[in-house]
Amino acid sequence: MRVGPKLEQNAVRAVLLLFTAITVFILLFIVVFILRKGLPVVDLSFLSQNPVDMGRAGGIFSTIVGTLVLTAVAVVIAAPFGIGTAIFLTEYTWENRVTRIIRFGADCLAGIPSIIFGLFGFILFVTKLRFGWSILSGGLTLAFMILPTIIRTSEEAIRAVPASYRQVSFSLGSTRWQMVTRVVLPAAVPGIVTGVILSVGRSIGETAAVIFTAGSALHIPTSVFSSSRTMAVHFYILAREGISMSNAYGTAAVLVISILIINVITYYLMERFIRKYS
Amino acid sequence: MNRLERNERLVRLALLAIAFSAVSVLAVITAFIFMEGTPIMFKYGFKSFLAGMDWYPTEKSFGLLPMVAGSLMVTLGALVIGVPLGLACAVFLTEFSSKRTRRIVKPVIELLAGIPSVVYGFMGVVILVPFIRESLGGPGLSVLAASIILGIMILPTIISISVDSLLAVPVAYREGSIAMGATRWQTTKMVLFPAARSGIVASIILGMGRAVGETMAVIMVAGNAATIPGSVLAPVRTLTSNIALEMGYASGEHREALFATGVILFIIIMVLNTIANATSSRRKA
Repeated sequence: MRVGPKLEQNAVRAVLLLFTAITVFILLFIVVFILRKGLPVVDLSFLSQNPVDMGRAGGIFSTIVGTLVLTAVAVVIAAPFGIGTAIFLTEYTWENRVTRIIRFGADCLAGIPSIIFGLFGFILFVTKLRFGWSILSGGLTLAFMILPTIIRTSEEAIRAVPASYRQVSFSLGSTRWQMVTRVVLPAAVPGIVTGVILSVGRSIGETAAVIFTAGSALHIPTSVFSSSRTMAVHFYILAREGISMSNAYGTAAVLVISILIINVITYYLMERFIRKYS
Repeated sequence: MNRLERNERLVRLALLAIAFSAVSVLAVITAFIFMEGTPIMFKYGFKSFLAGMDWYPTEKSFGLLPMVAGSLMVTLGALVIGVPLGLACAVFLTEFSSKRTRRIVKPVIELLAGIPSVVYGFMGVVILVPFIRESLGGPGLSVLAASIILGIMILPTIISISVDSLLAVPVAYREGSIAMGATRWQTTKMVLFPAARSGIVASIILGMGRAVGETMAVIMVAGNAATIPGSVLAPVRTLTSNIALEMGYASGEHREALFATGVILFIIIMVLNTIANATSSRRKA
């Protein structure tokens, strides 16, 4: 039996609508489920108390601190390299073999699974360089991991700055570096910041690369050489070892909300930044 | 040469050095993984690693075949679930819905790409695994559970890149086809898919890379038995979970064997990356 094109069109449309609805439903369901189960657990004391008895009781304060410190270390290390690379790619060269190699390196790095970063960080930072399981080992590993994100978003941000800005700067007799630091970078800052926030979101949710480099100590870190547990690692351990389901839900809710807030902010900033220059 | 020019040259050199940071990081990671992982492969022979059926690392039996097979199975399973859903979603959003729907749904899907993999794994443990155990039998922790979770996890990657490549097809193609009397679906099938093929293929390969490399979510739902699963309801262990499960306590040759697992994983990922790169750069050209 031949199906007429009109009928086929309508049938396909129905199927596509169904599949889209399923997809959106699944993804929203995950968020709603975690928040409904987790939010009742979350209150001020959950956020402000340290875990007690391996996380069976108490809150998650030390893991929040651990997450923040680790992420900060990673961003402070990766941002200068990422932004520097982006400046070089946009302002100091043209498309040639060198830029192709640099881009290929960044693309490959972006595709490497986090467990490989974890293996690498463990062997280089934890054992060979003797940093042990520490904020420093974890931060360096995460920095390597978020470098490609920062390069790509900074490059987009700098490219979005109109060519006329550069021409005016040159016509006033500035050198290239003066043009970059006084005209292009200030204009691109919102976009660059967006990229950095995006990579913060990625580090917060990371588990595999962190658990083998930063360890899982539950106390509040006192220096960059102390081991520290992040929220994601804490959640993983609570759930996997069945320590406390309700605290696992609570931790997951805090984690998911932080990441959603970060992503919404990033999305909003990026939209605004792109609209400004286009 | 005056002072300003000299400074300019220094700046350019410094930036060039910084620009190679990503490449150097990649090189250092490659070097370390291979330095740690390949000696033991040479010692026992590649064949015993890749074709060996038995993984008893404490008894010097390092067969990785079950894990290679496991990774392949869950990745294929993820594609079976993720590709139809993802492409359907991409086509619906670009061709069959209003611009307003797309502007709401696409960001929502991309925002959800940020949900940490442990959360996906946890959802698998509390909802999917019990469901499979009760309705289909078996332990629940299985190839099927891992495939479904991975299939969901790769959706944002597939949707986002496919939507972009469908939108990149010139409007004239659509208009031409519609003007010839073709329906929307005929246009999609016969004009847009061929035109956007390389982007769609790249999205699938990147999704595949994500599925192969995913660790925490898979550990939580796959059951992790180091044998080749006999059915989709049997437990399975992937290359990534093999590393993550035993890294905590391995030492000596056992640890080296885990790095050898990393070497194999690394090679698979690099091949996928290179293919994705080649398809998408052909698109730009």
